Amino acid sequence: MHSDIAIELTDVSKRFGAVRANDKVNLCVESGTIHGIVGENGAGKSTLMSILYGFYQYDTGHIEVFGKAQYFNNSREALAAGVGMVHQHFMLVEPFTVLENVMLGNEGGKLLKEGRIAAETELKRLANEYGLAVDLHARVSSLSVGLQQRVEILKALYRGAKILILDEPTGVLTPQETAELFRILESLKAQGVTILLITHKLQEIMAITDNVSVMRAGTMVAHRKTSETSKEDIAELMVGRKVLLQVDKIDANVGEALIKVDNLTIKDAQGVERVKQVSFEVKAGEVVGIAGVSGNGQSELLEALSGITKVNSGSMIINGHEVSRKKPASPERMRIRGLAHVPEDRHHMGMVTSFSASESSILGYHNDKEYNGRFIMSRSKVRDYCRKLMDAFDVRPRDPDLKSANFSGGNQQKLILAREMERNPDILLVGQPTRGVDIGAIEFIHRRIIEMRDAGKAILLVSVELEEIISVSDRVLVMCDGVITGEVPAAEATERELGLLMTSSDAQKEVVA
Amino acid sequence: MTDWFEVILLTFDATLRVSAPLVLAALAGLFSERAGVVDIGLEGKMLAGAFMAAAVASLTGSAWLGLVAAIGVSILLALLHGFACITHRGNQVVSGVAINILASGLTMVIGLYLFNQGGQTPSLINDARFLSIELPGVELLSGIPYLGTIYKELISGHNALVYVAFAMVPVTYWVIYKTRFGLRLRAVGENPNAVDTAGISVSRQRYLAVICCGVLCGVAGAYISTAHNAQFVRDMTAGQGFIALAALIFGKWRPVSVMMACLLFGFLDALAVRLQGVVLPVIGEVPVQLIEALPYILTVILLAGFIGRAVAPKASGIPYVKER
Repeated sequence: MHSDIAIELTDVSKRFGAVRANDKVNLCVESGTIHGIVGENGAGKSTLMSILYGFYQYDTGHIEVFGKAQYFNNSREALAAGVGMVHQHFMLVEPFTVLENVMLGNEGGKLLKEGRIAAETELKRLANEYGLAVDLHARVSSLSVGLQQRVEILKALYRGAKILILDEPTGVLTPQETAELFRILESLKAQGVTILLITHKLQEIMAITDNVSVMRAGTMVAHRKTSETSKEDIAELMVGRKVLLQVDKIDANVGEALIKVDNLTIKDAQGVERVKQVSFEVKAGEVVGIAGVSGNGQSELLEALSGITKVNSGSMIINGHEVSRKKPASPERMRIRGLAHVPEDRHHMGMVTSFSASESSILGYHNDKEYNGRFIMSRSKVRDYCRKLMDAFDVRPRDPDLKSANFSGGNQQKLILAREMERNPDILLVGQPTRGVDIGAIEFIHRRIIEMRDAGKAILLVSVELEEIISVSDRVLVMCDGVITGEVPAAEATERELGLLMTSSDAQKEVVA
Repeated sequence: MTDWFEVILLTFDATLRVSAPLVLAALAGLFSERAGVVDIGLEGKMLAGAFMAAAVASLTGSAWLGLVAAIGVSILLALLHGFACITHRGNQVVSGVAINILASGLTMVIGLYLFNQGGQTPSLINDARFLSIELPGVELLSGIPYLGTIYKELISGHNALVYVAFAMVPVTYWVIYKTRFGLRLRAVGENPNAVDTAGISVSRQRYLAVICCGVLCGVAGAYISTAHNAQFVRDMTAGQGFIALAALIFGKWRPVSVMMACLLFGFLDALAVRLQGVVLPVIGEVPVQLIEALPYILTVILLAGFIGRAVAPKASGIPYVKER
């Protein structure tokens, strides 16, 4: 079975209006292998997979699945041919149980009880065979992200998938969960399942795939055997030029502490403590990274430091000004005190996507004298200012009047970074600076952060990407469940060690011991 | 047999009659909203149903034909709502409001044209109405104190549609939770993407839900004009569609809780009637207006503070657009 061809695409094209999402794509996937598909955002990976899964229909070309020509009108037809998909954003109904989610679409009769027993038996068999244990009667909303993903895989297998497409499967997983996922994928492969893995993380490609195909701007640019290629090679193929994967930096030249956090506690609107008695410092001239699975208090910490939310107890001294429950701050006052903030979620907090780029580029600094008259804001001055920022950070296209939403993720992020960094703040808070940003822009953003550090600024970096945390920061703090569970010098940090700290609140003792 | 017992019994009896259309309309809304289509237009569909039921019943002399006509027109309006919101992904609130206005205006215009009575229909004779039904066994049980009276006054002696309304509660529960149709309907209201990727048509599922909603609203309308009353009067639904919507939220989109909420609102209404002109200790005679406002005041208070967080179906009100 090993040398059979599972999927063969010949000259498949798909356009959306004037945009060629896929242009004459060729791909050949051997049965029983793990095949990686890499490419920058917008390279057309997801469109291609959606065509394979029957979600979109191709315009021209030819697709063969297990040697049979296919044109899928919907996902049901794709499933019937054995193609199953695990989406990046899970297609699960959260209030339903695992069993109900798996049965949806394959209920086995008009009444639910007719198919329930058969489904349960079949699922138990699958779970045993592939090592995919999960409680069938648990509500999906109560499961961890890793387990939800397992449900998605079960769902596809239950429907008879012989080819499994996984779209950015590790984006939301901890390193341990990722390792567990890879174990499952290996066991699926051993049972003859063909796996297509879409990702932008090169180390995953190297770790698990047999073959890899690289996409750029809607076309397939290369096919490689994983064993005969390297990370640098693939990165170059993806971007079309040489990319520096490692961040080059000199040793930190540390000054006095600009952020001093002392026993800080923050509660959310429901009164739950999200940050619990946290203390740390960030000094001038260093980058402190906060690692952690998202939702463990990092966001709340950032919001408190930037003055968006109030603190419940404890205090922080920001650039010499004390902030506490008695002395609350506001984002505006914090900015005046020399603190800039690049929020984690650029669409919700970083910009107003329906505003033009020039409007988004002055948010938070909109009262600046530079472009305000006594009563009226000068649009042309705002536009000039925005153009200046765009030049400095190479935002493309250089059009201050273009709607913010119409820039790519990387360019949106660059615009926000430009807005915050060009004010020359003493302190910079950065949340998820490279989320959804393509590899070329990541390099640029990291370099800018390091430049600021070398200029003697204090930088606090929050990210769920461990690679980023380790390569950009000087010191790494790990947060879990609102507590700082450990501090590791970045030079000595390993993903495994950080991963352990990220998942257990009492891991600190282990590390110290 | 004490007077108090009698008074309480009659109040509960009235509660059932007042609650019946609320239960029907709220369950109608439940079908629609559980599938992700918000329906502000319950009121309009009931009103159109009420008019059609009365008009057809008065022309043909058959209450049942009136009921069928009511269901028909209500389904048509539901499909109109579906066409705007599902096919064309319009704003569901705007479409619902439009249907309410449409129903309010059209019933008047057509009523004037057909009957020349200022938009009302002629009073229906008894044959063209749903009359009280005496359940079997009333005679048999009448000898038993209390229980016999409860059976005679409270359980027996309602019109057929009251029984239909309350029978719809377990039926709805069964359909929503125990059938394939129900599973898909709930799924489409929570995460239509999951339904689409499972190879089920989201539009079809939502249209079916909206049709269910139309059927129940039609029955509710017929109840108001041909069972509870004996003619159609301008805007006679008088906000009951909105109270039903409130009950739907109050009952957190669950059939039995929704019925309880309807009964509570119905009880307040019945109590208001009962309390008119009664002199209470300390307060004295309560003004009629205040008592009549009581159900609405309580609705506001209950909705504002006492139900906790009502979590609507997640995709409720959001048109489904296939994208990634």
